[in-house]
Amino acid sequence: MRIAVDMTRCQSYAQCAFLAPDVFRFEGEEALVYDPDPSEEFRARIEQSAAACPVQAIRLDGEHRRPAPEASAPTALTATDRVVVVGASLAGLTAVETLRSGGFTGLVTVIGDEPDEPYDRPPLSKQVLLGTAGARGTRLPRASDLDVEWRLGEAATGLDLRARTVLLADGGRVPYDRVLIATGTRARPWPVARDAGLDGVHTLRTADDAERLRARLVARPRRVLVIGGGFTGSEIASACRRLDIPVTLVDRGRAPLARALGDTVADVLADVQREHGVDLRSSTTVTSLRADARGTVTAATFSDGSEVDVDVVVVAIGALRNIEWLSGSGVAVGPLGVDCDASCRALGPDGTVLDDVFVAGDVAAFPHPSGDGRRVSVEHWGNAVSQASVAADNIRTGGQARHDEVPVFWSNQFGHVIKSVGTPEAADSVVIAQGSTARRAFVAVYGTGDRVVGATALDHVKWVEHYRRQIGEGASFPPEGRTVDDPPDAERTVRPRSRITRPDTSAQHSDERTTP
Amino acid sequence: MNTSPDSRPGCPVSGGSSAASATWDRFLDHENRHDPYPLYARLRDAAPVQRLDDGAFLITGYDEILQVVHDPRISSDPLAGRDDVGDAGPGLTAAFVMQDPPAHDRLRRQTMRHFGPPHHAGYIDSLRTDITRTASALINGFPASGTVDLVEAFAYPLPVMMICDVLGVPHEDEPRFHAWSMAIIAPPEATTPEEAEALREEASTATRELGAYLAHLAEVRRGTPQGDLLSGLVNDHGTEGLMSTSEIISTTIMLLIGGHETTVNMIANGALTLLRHPEELDRLRADPSTMPRVFEELLRLEPPAQVTPKYVALQDVRVGDVTITKGSPVWIAWAAANRDPRHFADPDRFDPLRENRDHLGFGAGIHACFGAPLARLESQIALAELFIRLEDVRLVEDPPPYRRNPLLRGPSRLDITFGRVLPATTVS
Repeated sequence: MRIAVDMTRCQSYAQCAFLAPDVFRFEGEEALVYDPDPSEEFRARIEQSAAACPVQAIRLDGEHRRPAPEASAPTALTATDRVVVVGASLAGLTAVETLRSGGFTGLVTVIGDEPDEPYDRPPLSKQVLLGTAGARGTRLPRASDLDVEWRLGEAATGLDLRARTVLLADGGRVPYDRVLIATGTRARPWPVARDAGLDGVHTLRTADDAERLRARLVARPRRVLVIGGGFTGSEIASACRRLDIPVTLVDRGRAPLARALGDTVADVLADVQREHGVDLRSSTTVTSLRADARGTVTAATFSDGSEVDVDVVVVAIGALRNIEWLSGSGVAVGPLGVDCDASCRALGPDGTVLDDVFVAGDVAAFPHPSGDGRRVSVEHWGNAVSQASVAADNIRTGGQARHDEVPVFWSNQFGHVIKSVGTPEAADSVVIAQGSTARRAFVAVYGTGDRVVGATALDHVKWVEHYRRQIGEGASFPPEGRTVDDPPDAERTVRPRSRITRPDTSAQHSDERTTP
Repeated sequence: MNTSPDSRPGCPVSGGSSAASATWDRFLDHENRHDPYPLYARLRDAAPVQRLDDGAFLITGYDEILQVVHDPRISSDPLAGRDDVGDAGPGLTAAFVMQDPPAHDRLRRQTMRHFGPPHHAGYIDSLRTDITRTASALINGFPASGTVDLVEAFAYPLPVMMICDVLGVPHEDEPRFHAWSMAIIAPPEATTPEEAEALREEASTATRELGAYLAHLAEVRRGTPQGDLLSGLVNDHGTEGLMSTSEIISTTIMLLIGGHETTVNMIANGALTLLRHPEELDRLRADPSTMPRVFEELLRLEPPAQVTPKYVALQDVRVGDVTITKGSPVWIAWAAANRDPRHFADPDRFDPLRENRDHLGFGAGIHACFGAPLARLESQIALAELFIRLEDVRLVEDPPPYRRNPLLRGPSRLDITFGRVLPATTVS
């Protein structure tokens, strides 16, 4: 059967790990790891776990979703209307499920360039690399009665706004009454094209990527080089260490995840990585890759002049938006993706709203919730879900509900769970508000001016909800007064988020989008 | 002070709601024990956060409770900020249920090492067979007359035998625990200040006696582990070292009381609710695989732990329109939140198929019920065995008589009649 856990909801209550220990495990105190493709023999235990989950984060295959109460509300679409979703990943699937659970009975077509049914990507850099799940074992659970026309393995190549038609690579044309653009991102390749194609040089974005990289790890490489210390790079390094494979991680920042989470938290994560045996090279870039005569990578040279012998290189330097197919279509696109308004409606080049074109997920460049005119894109699981839900509801109802949820994201690495809310990457200050960095269980709170704008917890996830609320309410920064969990005095200093560069606030959540 | 805090109104304070206090008094009144839900609804409808005359803030709304129990400015140590409290030795207030981090986190982790993931994953799951066998044996012992008090014959002995096994406490000493446990949780049952004082005194004595008994059991295990939780606590140094003897006793007292005073009510409340809804009971008997959802809905409707009065605000905390003032006690009415119509549609209806299952029957936040996985398995297995094996079950009396305790609520006896007893099926 297929399962997926919404880790943005998970608070590590561990009820699932008690009830179905063959399927749900904890690494360390709070990091949940699960088998996304468990044997049918565990179904009863998994259903028991799903019912028991205090935050209802476990999604199962075949669960019938009742139409939401508002399903009877008037809709903008009739049963003969057709909604086309371009992009068959998390955002696309979520939109379809939201349309159906909302009561839409018309045609739904999903176009995806990969041949696979919608699958979950977070396990690719964790369970799949570790071998506890197969690369084809992360398909997203879904209702059995979705009634969708799947056109998988067919890439969209164009959008004809006037004819209200999506154009396909094979010349096919798919007419729509409303279209949702959810084409996501792809891995940013190594910028030296010749080296990017070397045998042994990998990226990790798709199930195919994960399958290839897993095969390399199974062959016990002498050493893996991970380029880029963002979430993906750090998780890959974590998987290598779990497999007892030597790994070097190169990051041009002062510490892994420094751009996303700031120096204070990143310095702790750097220590964690080193304690787990990662050869961490901070403030370092790769100047060249070397290969043998057969075109297999053998070594890398770094900006400090040093060199390591490697069998595998994983390029984890961020993502590129899949927007090329929209060029010349009359939909406004930029480096952050497809421009849209707060209601997920796409914009034309002059900024006017296109009423029948919607955008969701990694590819959406939406107005910053502060209303200051900036655009942001958020490359996280929770954003794909919440934005696709809002978009689908607006498609169905013709309404203009706003997508303004406080972002939540997480990462599992080195036996810890990192969970963030808000916009820590855009803050200017940070303070440890709870717990202790020395104990490796804490909450860091981020401020811009005198307002709380973000928080990051390391293994302290039950408190995150509080800070999410504080961010939404614009609570004052730094938090003051006594709490149940005060950090030691030495850790209670408000510090600049970053001591080197101000964050690039136009590129939120894109710490990995750095070029070497 | 070793007992749970006093939940009786004391000196009136300004700003308290007399109407809410009057409703709370009616809630405490044993007359209303069989159905406190209209009183919760009245309190919640008036305001999901209200100050009572004695200064405590009573939280009855779902969202408001979730907010408060995740707020680090709200302490779980009812004595936090008070310096008039000496060290009275081991007891409930020294157990992690009434401690804040980092002590809470350390103690809970040290205990979890012998109970669940990550170090003892699979342990609770491995008890399924024992629980089923025990439940089955109890049903085999039901009188041939076809009439039985389910509390005495089933709902009580099952979880108590299991918690004794888990902890490493001899079954034959159970009657002594029963008395100690009842005395320790009794103070909220008082109806007069004099009675409250007397009950606190008795609770204190019971805590001392239970502590001494457990200290002996712990000593016996030191150096000679016997595979139970107590042996683990006294012998396994883990990464965080050993608990102190006082911490071990406090923790064990808490687990014993948790095992004695909650799951029994869960099983009894669950059986009662199912018997009140014969059509749902028929559905469950026809398809026992629906038990997990049925159970969560039973727990939402009739949670054994109704109100937790241990919290206190370390600073002023704004919840909706209300400021919970620094130093104020905060009482969390889980059972009221579980029927908050802003979260659960048609909240008084028993509907195992409802979409929302995120009830607060086991609490939430860092103090979410430690024993929940064991209680959940025991209750699900118990109710399934009961209703699969007994035919034609009927309530003798509805509502049944209730135990006095308003916070840990359940029937004091639950007489049923039944027809044929089917033979036990294979243990799953």
